[in-house]
Amino acid sequence: MGRIATVAGSALAGAAVGAVSGRVLRGRTRRRPAGGPGVRGNPAGGWQVVTVDRAPGTVLPGGRWPEPLRRLGGAIQVEVRPAPGCRGTELAARPRPGVPLPGLAAHVVGDDPARAVRAALRQAKQLAETGEVLRADRTPMDRGRAG
Amino acid sequence: MRALCWTGVDQVAVRQVPDPELRNGHDAIVRVRQSATCGGDLPLLAGRTPYVSVGDVLGHEFLGDVVEVGPEVRRHRVGDRVVVSASVACGTCWYCQGGLPSCCDNGNPEPEVGEATYGHPVPGVFGRPRATGGFAGSHAEFVRVPYADVGAFGVPDTVSDDRALFASDAAPAGWMAADVGGVRPGDVVAVWGAGAVGQLTARAAGLLGADRVIVVDDQDDRLRMAERHSDAETIDPRHADVPAELRERTGGRGPDVCVEAVGPAWDGRIRSLAERFTGAAERPPAVREAVHACRKGGTVVVLGEFDGHVDAFPLGAVSAKGLSVRGARQHGQNYVPMLLERMARGELRTEHLATHRMPLEQGAHGYALFRDRRDGCVRTVLSPDLPAAP
Ligand SMILES: NC(=O)c1ccc[n+]([C@@H]2O[C@H](COP(=O)([O-])OP(=O)(O)OC[C@H]3O[C@@H](n4cnc5c(N)ncnc54)[C@H](O)[C@@H]3O)[C@@H](O)[C@H]2O)c1
Ligand SMILES: [Zn+2]
Ligand SMILES: [Zn+2]
Repeated sequence: MGRIATVAGSALAGAAVGAVSGRVLRGRTRRRPAGGPGVRGNPAGGWQVVTVDRAPGTVLPGGRWPEPLRRLGGAIQVEVRPAPGCRGTELAARPRPGVPLPGLAAHVVGDDPARAVRAALRQAKQLAETGEVLRADRTPMDRGRAG
Repeated sequence: MRALCWTGVDQVAVRQVPDPELRNGHDAIVRVRQSATCGGDLPLLAGRTPYVSVGDVLGHEFLGDVVEVGPEVRRHRVGDRVVVSASVACGTCWYCQGGLPSCCDNGNPEPEVGEATYGHPVPGVFGRPRATGGFAGSHAEFVRVPYADVGAFGVPDTVSDDRALFASDAAPAGWMAADVGGVRPGDVVAVWGAGAVGQLTARAAGLLGADRVIVVDDQDDRLRMAERHSDAETIDPRHADVPAELRERTGGRGPDVCVEAVGPAWDGRIRSLAERFTGAAERPPAVREAVHACRKGGTVVVLGEFDGHVDAFPLGAVSAKGLSVRGARQHGQNYVPMLLERMARGELRTEHLATHRMPLEQGAHGYALFRDRRDGCVRTVLSPDLPAAP
């Protein structure tokens, strides 16, 4: 029994594969089983969720996916809905079964689609909240490579 | 630049490493004036912290001058003298906005590691391994400060480097303990550990109106400091039964707020890789004692940083006595400006905690003194500017 999958199922029914827009669900909250969203390897349809402390309209301006998710293009499904208690927006994504993720993500995060989706969600969150994606220090080895 | 790096179990050495670079628009680069050792470095030094690796630059309590700012930095300019909160926070997420900056969602570029360990990503801390962000530490000539507008604070001219340094970590940790412990006028507060963090907890409790503050430790010199500078009473477990003594001094009630400022007990045994990664548990003797001593309905604050699990936590006492147990990395971003004001007014003096000052090159010696609590060492303060050899 999918938590988000059940909520999202109908909303997604009409969305074509590869559509570059997310649907904002309003007021369609349902009690979720324990465990919370975003648990890695969760079997409930593979949805992963982050809460973005911004209004849905800011997270998906004009219905457009934020850049980190757009990069994964038609390989993922995306959902948003308001978070309870004025906590902004719950932004969810999952890989579409059978559609390989674009190469860039695999290069960055290995070939685990769940990790790629999670990383993209986090980046989208950070962009919306802070305006950029926090970058790690480069190791001396990386710096040598870049010259 | 020169930096003090971890090079193996109980080994550090100054190495030549690349200068830090601006990686984000909100970054600043700070030239370090002073950088202090901390009890939190000891598990790392001993190689007991998962993911610590050779070449990691240590240090997270520091003060220095801004030498470069990213295009998004608004509150600082080149030349500003700043003290930097040891934990990295974005200032804009739900946690930061809600007064929990050390729970920031965006302070760690490698959140997966903490997520696997703790269930949620935990924010970065300077000079710690990947699980806590992997940001290079401050025992170096320069350090990169992410979210500089949020984590770096201009130091008033009237506050000396020697005093302001402690606004980076030890003072906000102590203040936070008294704050989240809910210390109120009339309270009796007990603090386990008379290191810099415990002493500044005792001072914060006093400033918040505690009636009596009692510090527990077996280090004479540190206990004398706590009496002199934090106006605290002391108990030395070598000469007293701590729980019995606390009961007696509190009319049988027990302290209202008990703060553990000790950290994991270190038995000197080097743990195997398997133990480190499968979670052979730490022992938290001071936490246990605090839980037993605390009055019914009181609050126990755990400041000590435990990497994973602990053994034999007295959960029964928590429920039977209706205790609140709180823990956190310090929320420096909430407290530093207020602490600097108190430092400027002379209410909060910290410079006595810097018992030893030396150049980076003597870092290994400085850490040995600090770890073994020899020669009255409470904090070793390293300065890249001091001449390397006498
Ligand atoms: N939560 C935070 O934000 C934060 C910030 C800084 C430090 N810390 C942690 O606080 C702890 C203390 O830091 P510090 O720099 O003062 O360390 P420190 O090593 O200088 O001092 C620890 C003191 O505890 C004493 N001690 C050891 N066992 C004891 C026991 N059973 N009962 C009473 N005292 C005992 C030691 O003698 C020592 O004086 C460390 O675990 C550190 O990681 C937490
Ligand atoms: Zn510290
Ligand atoms: Zn934040």
